[in-house]
Amino acid sequence: MQVPAPVEYERATSVDHAIGLLERLGGSARIVAGGHSLLPMMKLRLASPEYLIDINDLHGELGYIRVEQTEVRIGAMTRHRELLESGELAEVFPVFRDAERVIADPVVRNRGTLGGSLCQADPSEDLSAVCTTLGASCVIRGGAGERVVTMEEFYRGPYETAVEDAEMLVEIRIPVRPGGSSAYEKVERRAGDWAIVSAGAAVWLDGGVIADARVGLAAVGPNTTGLPAVSDALRGREPSEELYEHAGTLAAEACSPVTDMRGSADYKRHLARELTRRALRRSVARINERD
Amino acid sequence: MTTTDERPAGFENNDHKPIGHGRMLRKEDPRFIRGKGNYVDDVQLPGMLHCAILRSPVAHARIVSIDTSAAEAHPKVKAVVTGAALTGLGLAWMPTLSGDVQSVLATDKVRFQGQEVAFVVAEDRYAARDALELIDVEYDLLDPVIDVRMALDPSAPVIRDDLDGKQNNHIFDWETGDEAATEAVFASADVVVSEDIVYPRVHPAPMETCGCVADYDRIDSRLTLWSTSQAPHAHRTLYAIVAGLPEHKIRVISPDIGGGFGGKVPIYPGYVCAIVGSIVTGKPVKWMEDRSENLTSTGFARDYIMRGEIAATRDGKILAVRTNVLADHGAFNGVAAPVKYPAGFFGVFTGSYDLQAAYCKMTAVYTNKAPGGVAYACSFRITEAVYLIERIVDCLAYELEMDPVELRMRNFIQPDQFPYRTKTGWVYDSGDYEPTMRKALELAGYDELRREQAERRARGELMGIGVSFFTEAVGAGPRKDMDILGLGMADGCELRVHPTGKAVVRLSVQSQGQGHETTFAQIVAEEIGIPPADIDVVHGDTDQTPFGLGTYGSRSTPVSGAAAALVARKVRDKARIIASGMLEVSVADLEWVKGAFHVKGDPGKSVTIQDIAMRAHGAGDLPEGIEGGLEAQICYNPENLTYPHGAYICVVDIDPGTAQVKVRRFVAVDDCGTRINPMIIEGQVHRGLTDGVGMALMEMIAFDEDGNCLGGSLMDYLIPTALEVPDWETGFTVTPSPHHPIGAKGVGESATVGSPPAIVNAVVDALKPFGVRHADMPLTPSRVWDAMRGVPRPPI
Ligand SMILES: Cc1cc2nc3c(=O)[nH]c(=O)nc-3n(C[C@H](O)[C@H](O)[C@H](O)COP(=O)(O)OP(=O)(O)OC[C@H]3O[C@@H](n4cnc5c(N)ncnc54)[C@H](O)[C@@H]3O)c2cc1C
Repeated sequence: MQVPAPVEYERATSVDHAIGLLERLGGSARIVAGGHSLLPMMKLRLASPEYLIDINDLHGELGYIRVEQTEVRIGAMTRHRELLESGELAEVFPVFRDAERVIADPVVRNRGTLGGSLCQADPSEDLSAVCTTLGASCVIRGGAGERVVTMEEFYRGPYETAVEDAEMLVEIRIPVRPGGSSAYEKVERRAGDWAIVSAGAAVWLDGGVIADARVGLAAVGPNTTGLPAVSDALRGREPSEELYEHAGTLAAEACSPVTDMRGSADYKRHLARELTRRALRRSVARINERD
Repeated sequence: MTTTDERPAGFENNDHKPIGHGRMLRKEDPRFIRGKGNYVDDVQLPGMLHCAILRSPVAHARIVSIDTSAAEAHPKVKAVVTGAALTGLGLAWMPTLSGDVQSVLATDKVRFQGQEVAFVVAEDRYAARDALELIDVEYDLLDPVIDVRMALDPSAPVIRDDLDGKQNNHIFDWETGDEAATEAVFASADVVVSEDIVYPRVHPAPMETCGCVADYDRIDSRLTLWSTSQAPHAHRTLYAIVAGLPEHKIRVISPDIGGGFGGKVPIYPGYVCAIVGSIVTGKPVKWMEDRSENLTSTGFARDYIMRGEIAATRDGKILAVRTNVLADHGAFNGVAAPVKYPAGFFGVFTGSYDLQAAYCKMTAVYTNKAPGGVAYACSFRITEAVYLIERIVDCLAYELEMDPVELRMRNFIQPDQFPYRTKTGWVYDSGDYEPTMRKALELAGYDELRREQAERRARGELMGIGVSFFTEAVGAGPRKDMDILGLGMADGCELRVHPTGKAVVRLSVQSQGQGHETTFAQIVAEEIGIPPADIDVVHGDTDQTPFGLGTYGSRSTPVSGAAAALVARKVRDKARIIASGMLEVSVADLEWVKGAFHVKGDPGKSVTIQDIAMRAHGAGDLPEGIEGGLEAQICYNPENLTYPHGAYICVVDIDPGTAQVKVRRFVAVDDCGTRINPMIIEGQVHRGLTDGVGMALMEMIAFDEDGNCLGGSLMDYLIPTALEVPDWETGFTVTPSPHHPIGAKGVGESATVGSPPAIVNAVVDALKPFGVRHADMPLTPSRVWDAMRGVPRPPI
């Protein structure tokens, strides 16, 4: 058994209570949501916070998926499993279900949360790629109130986000536009492993032409950010194999993978191309199947 | 004689309640299923303290100083012990299982990342772990030897400067076979194929990590040790020799063990630390390593870099095999194998084929990596041997453009050649290979698969069919040839039938999940006709069982299984004499029908084994010269090893875009001689096949160039899940061992040995359109993609 260093523990009873505790305890405190990223780090003593503020009791307040006409709002405490099982969400953004099917395993998915995933800001993290693909924005709350940032602003670097010491992520907002669909592709060495590379794609068609498209990659660089060049190349064009191929090439050029135990940089670059193509192809197929 | 049989029936037929051999549910399972197993970490003793070990963060460094004062000042800490303190007790170094020494706690240098440097004993596990951070060690870094190919370079730093006069990193050279004769055959052969083949370092990774509870009683100098040991008796003797404790005052108990796979054969420094901890504190001390400690410091397996060469005629008659091996043994030579076999049983690399010549030369070296070389489900390096031959035979098939099945069949040792002496001196006891191969082909629908493959290839799809055929050598072993540190590899067994006809059988071997409590009860039941439910199997406690060397190398059924059958026959012989008295006929007039003696020609006159047991303990007269009681004891010294064999066929599909391998089907036909409990055999086979998927596709203990272990957690060292394995299709043939009392051969490791080459052969077959003849494990998507592009890379 791996044992963490001594830690003080308190359960927050409301978002305001959690923020109050964060303000009082400062940088020595950490929020624990599902704990599936934080606790392993604590057991390996890579993280040794002095205080843990457990926000699991806030599931009632922050665990929700609200699909509205123009926007989907998802609370930070929504668990992987809830994202996987939501039919309503899969209807508008099938990319969520695609991704959740291949994130970790049922044990992790039962506890791990959307907020924890995004705030962990691991470059291999899948939900960040999903949110980037969908152009989500993040609602951050602190003592002084709420602010809303884009995914690009949210990510400051590996394991670093725009969430300051006495703040927390409370919600993700995703704009809903007509004529769109989305898909997620991941290659892993084994079920439940982190991605060697994953790619999300979202496409909106208007009269057979791509009105907008976005691609988000995971595990191919320090940051999960959007690929504007890919969107630019796709917009206004008719979907075709050549176009997907072109988009894949752009995605492969735009990323900066490194060689590690999961694979060589060359292979990862190849996957960025291949999976971008597949995700775009599948997104378009889904729109066509529906219409 | 070989018999073949239909495929086993479904689960519903697993519980026939046989009085003897046959399918029955495992007697031990109710306690495991209900969470009532009793593992070492479940042992709680009053006043028990906890031990944690400080390990080296670097691969190679001189220890300049160790300051333990802050740790000692921790309010919950009872003792802090360093190598210097152990030197005072003469315990800083201990012998390994292969004639080397290994440090218990480093005194001079650290030689691998994860090596034991100091330990703390504290009131609880948390405090013990916290206190480790208070120990300040100053290291003077040295260049590490990580690339095994550079270990013998004159510029390489000398790792083992503790050994007198050691000037290099050489451990041993070893050879087998006839070099000149092999060279002669190679020189005149039509076809010679050679290939560099790496079997990377892997880890047994049992679910339960290693650990122990040491309880030293200062009043009567008695040590009780609950430990995760596959070989409790051997461990007790070694503790007596190393620590100087009298053997009769040591009791080693292996309670339930959560998997071993060879990793729990050696004695690890942690056990010694806990014992010392208990001696110095006078309290029981528990040490349980965590997952990272298990993966980074306990015995690894494999790590052979092999050059394989095969010589054949153009029409596919294999003439000779030759190999040159560079073996990475890590920082201490801790190989667990019989003393005369420094490379284990690698000598069976000639496989299942009738050859004219064979030769192997091996060099073993030290590197700055964890020590080990354990028999990880490999029957002492047979995994490496079988992988080599089965891979190189496929390379030959590739060059000859011949079907790999056809090539194998053409070269099989024939039934009338058994007992067969190989060119490296092993005497295969029995075998009939062709029916086993044919059975596998039939189950797989081989011809149809090849047709399907041709169609898919035409469409650009990547489908591969891989075949392997193995012969194993298990059941070590005859005491004239085989010992571990001087202890002969014969096993004792004791059987006692109680007055009411229930029985207890006591064995030295120790189950780690193999189902001994069922199998051994069935072996005894078959011989004396008492139902398995009425026979208790006692094992894993040196105070309760006769001496023997433990469970590894698939030796339990070949050695202790034979002992159990023979001890039961001895009891039956005595029962026969008592029966003759009871029925008032001569012994010759009695007939044994399982469970009772009948008077020949008068089946109405009979006594059951239960009647006899009561008489043996009763007040009535017994035949002259017969003592009361119904029990016996023996020690079985095997005449030879047993040689199970099997034919495996694997079908894979590879995604051409991502290079991901999917194992679609796997057919395993095993021949382990007489089958005691087919359900347990299938369980063993399923386990080993899963293991094979792990090794072939994902497992590897890798190091960076500084010697940092890159496989220190189960997030980094991947083991397969249910999603990576297909529905296993198993079948069997039965070729009994001629020298084993019930004809049984070991099966615990067959599937681990046989499956990696089948899977790799399938992947390589799928990649044939790219001109791939060989690719090394682990065949991760990235490495398969390299092979597809014509740049396959060795993993090390
Ligand atoms: C075996 C295993 C496999 C995995 N495989 C994958 C995979 O394939 N793909 C993948 O994407 N992920 C994977 N994960 C990660 C998993 O998805 C985690 O659950 C997730 O990354 C973190 O969510 P959590 O709720 O558990 O966060 P926690 O561990 O509780 O927290 C993570 C970090 O976020 C902070 N935090 C949490 N919530 C908030 C909040 N609302 N506001 C501000 N800060 C917050 C915490 O302080 C901490 O720093 C795996 C994890 C495991 C253990």
